[in-house]
Amino acid sequence: MTQKQANNVTLVIVFLAVTAVMSIFLPDKFLTVINFQSIVSQFPEYGLMALGIMLAMTTGGIDLSLVSITSISGVTAATVLVQYANWGLPPTVVIILAIVAALAVAAACGILNGLLITFANVPAIIATLGTNGLFLGIAIVVTKGSGISGFPEEFLVIGNGRLLGIPVPFLIFIGVAVLVGLLMNRSRLGFEMRMLGASPTVSQFSSVNNRAVLIKTHILTALMAGIASIIIISRVNSMRPGYGSAYLLITVLIVVLGGTDPAGGFSTTLGTVLAIVTLQVLTSGLNILAFTPFFRKFIWGLLLLGVMVIHYYRRRYYEKRVTQAARNAPPTPEGQT
Amino acid sequence: MGELFLEARNISKAYEGVQALDNVGLSLGKGSIHCLVGENGSGKSTLIKIIGGVVTSDAGEIVIDGGHFHHLSAIESIREGIQIIYQDLSLFPNLTVAENISLNQMVERRTQVVDWKEIRAIAERALVELGEEIDLNILVEDLSVARKQVVAIGRALTQNAKLIIMDEPTSAITREEVDHLFEVIHRLKAKGIGTLFVSHKLNEVFEIAETVTVLRDGRKVGDYDASDLTNDKLTFLMTGETIEYHPYTVDSQVVSEPPVLEVRNLTRKDEYTDVSFSVRRGEILGITGLIGSGRTEVALSVCGLNQPHSGEILVESEPVTIGSPRKANQLGISYLPEDRLTQGLFQHQSIGDNTVIAILRRLLSKLGLIDWTEKTRVQDHWVNELAIKTPSAEVSASSLSGGNQQRVVLAKWLATEPKVFFLDGPTIGIDIGSKSNIHEIIRELARKGMAIVMISDEIEEVRNNCNRILIMRKGRIAGEIEDPTSVDDAEIFRQISGKNGSEVPRT
Ligand SMILES: Nc1ncnc2c1ncn2[C@@H]1O[C@H](COP(=O)(O)OP(=O)(O)OP(=O)(O)O)[C@@H](O)[C@H]1O
Ligand SMILES: [Mg+2]
Repeated sequence: MTQKQANNVTLVIVFLAVTAVMSIFLPDKFLTVINFQSIVSQFPEYGLMALGIMLAMTTGGIDLSLVSITSISGVTAATVLVQYANWGLPPTVVIILAIVAALAVAAACGILNGLLITFANVPAIIATLGTNGLFLGIAIVVTKGSGISGFPEEFLVIGNGRLLGIPVPFLIFIGVAVLVGLLMNRSRLGFEMRMLGASPTVSQFSSVNNRAVLIKTHILTALMAGIASIIIISRVNSMRPGYGSAYLLITVLIVVLGGTDPAGGFSTTLGTVLAIVTLQVLTSGLNILAFTPFFRKFIWGLLLLGVMVIHYYRRRYYEKRVTQAARNAPPTPEGQT
Repeated sequence: MGELFLEARNISKAYEGVQALDNVGLSLGKGSIHCLVGENGSGKSTLIKIIGGVVTSDAGEIVIDGGHFHHLSAIESIREGIQIIYQDLSLFPNLTVAENISLNQMVERRTQVVDWKEIRAIAERALVELGEEIDLNILVEDLSVARKQVVAIGRALTQNAKLIIMDEPTSAITREEVDHLFEVIHRLKAKGIGTLFVSHKLNEVFEIAETVTVLRDGRKVGDYDASDLTNDKLTFLMTGETIEYHPYTVDSQVVSEPPVLEVRNLTRKDEYTDVSFSVRRGEILGITGLIGSGRTEVALSVCGLNQPHSGEILVESEPVTIGSPRKANQLGISYLPEDRLTQGLFQHQSIGDNTVIAILRRLLSKLGLIDWTEKTRVQDHWVNELAIKTPSAEVSASSLSGGNQQRVVLAKWLATEPKVFFLDGPTIGIDIGSKSNIHEIIRELARKGMAIVMISDEIEEVRNNCNRILIMRKGRIAGEIEDPTSVDDAEIFRQISGKNGSEVPRT
């Protein structure tokens, strides 16, 4: 069992434990199709952001401007969408235009973050703190502070529709998560992101193009926010800049909970997904029990601390496991002439 | 040996399926200069860490000044007067010399207020005791490795050291600095402070050690009086075989070919001036000179890490600009960096990941994804090829002994199959047996047509392995030796240092 697998097994156990507790205590409310549908349609928007944060964290950085990127790309999409009546184009074309525009703006934000970090040598945490204000500011100026609403009927399917009973946002999330997993585990870029996170100097010496890798990372991170923004505005059928600002801290927590090393060099997509789902199940259970938001935060904090402790002991256990595995492995030739 | 200070008895320690130490004993006399030698992975660092209390042994005990310890803790070890100076020196680069020297003592006193006068006083006292002079206000990051060592030794003295342990202290410092370090060790001895140190450079061992303990595969071979040993005998004790070097020669046909790499009048202000040289397929070109002579800076420039201000670089007779290591890599130039810890190795990534990072492009399947079967094959191939001592290529590089880590870095660059391969200190920290092993690998690569540039301050290494040697001094090429077999080490040393006569290293 690799360290990654051990990490994810811990999270699966925690997830099952949380689900089991909820099911036992709230069989008639928790264990319903409706509740599950609501669970899986609630987390995709911040789940996507968490995946974005994970990408940035793998390289040893972070993106604090993520929520503002959802605002600015959400505003872009909304602006295009409300024009559809004026342009006389078929709704599908307008919707595609809106999505493309939103993702393009998100990518541009990512490029700006990436350039600041690589060429101006600003640490990611500072650079994205700065652009956070910038992006949100632009979104507010464009909308003059008020919301935009009234999208074509067909657009609302993205945030509210179902396919074979499965909410569309969840399907989008699963699709993106699979791609991110593929990126991190099987692609050259993902490999280089991880190595760069482990040591930028060594990766530079190893002929990795650090700048290109970092810029690409921030584009991908921003795209996650872009996709999230489409889901959000479709779900609520309006756009208000600043929506989801509470998501930032949650997403950072999720990523760490999932086992990603904030110092860079180690991340797990599956771990992040498991952490997202666990947190959402917990939240929804607590909602059913009508706990106050404060108490919910308290429980979340408790869960986070608990998983940290488990991570710690698991790492120690893992070290022992490796010892045993190594004993059983065939020896390689001795390192001598 | 005189009065005993420390005795380690029947020490055993196993890691990840490797028996790092097996029933090893070690006796250190008061104020003695003791050297620990052995091949990579033979357990030297592990033994040192056990004596320092940072690693717990599985069995055995340690007796210090008559007190028995079964599980010696780091604090007890320090209290008993044992100070370990690790290879990374564990200094704070952003603090001054004075702060670094005094820090431990100030922390121990648990004072809440910083007394700057006291900090300076402690540091001054330590340096006076050492007979050294260093500006107390300089930041440690601005010092050379050798000076940093002195700071680390100074810090050890503030802790009432009776035994100073150094793990490979001479691997990153110049010959002159080694001499200086040895003077310091003798001065410590005069004060009754003993030294235990590890080195792979046997000539140094003979120069300084009184007693030599040899480890092999985690077992003790024996303790010897340095005066009873010869180079060959010690090599035999360590490796179980004798090692002979034959000079490396190239066919005259090779020499008539056009060079793969040519450097013309390369200059970078304050680093090197007007450097020109060329290297052909099949050649092993040595570049030697003191640290600071500009040899590493030139290599970095050719490999895309240090832009030259003027001059030309030609690869296969085409002028090129090399703006990044990536560009260098595309042109077929690879560089094995000088500093393994900060430039060469991803400590906490797996051996396999370290091996393939520079050749990911070649591991991509048709879909553009990394082919893991192929990756496993490549990394296993290099683990076998370079005889890296590990249970699996999937374990973290940090679990390897120093010399095996160096092989991983070597594997990373060999995997790129370069046309021109710059090796900056290719065998730093590698034991004598594997060293000849690695030298043989390098020669074989050259025979197959690779052009090799070997940078080293070990004169013996360049003389034995290169068919041509450039001498660098103060940023310029000060000489070229066309036929290394025609000169001896002493002559090369004279050219390197620009001095005549007297100060010749013993080899
Ligand atoms: N933290 C660790 N985890 C797993 N194995 C380890 C660890 N530290 C050392 N080892 C193993 O123990 C053995 C002895 O290692 P040690 O570092 O003592 O060797 P060494 O004699 O200092 O070698 P070198 O000359 O290369 O520095 C090696 O096989 C090494 O791989
Ligand atoms: Mg060692």
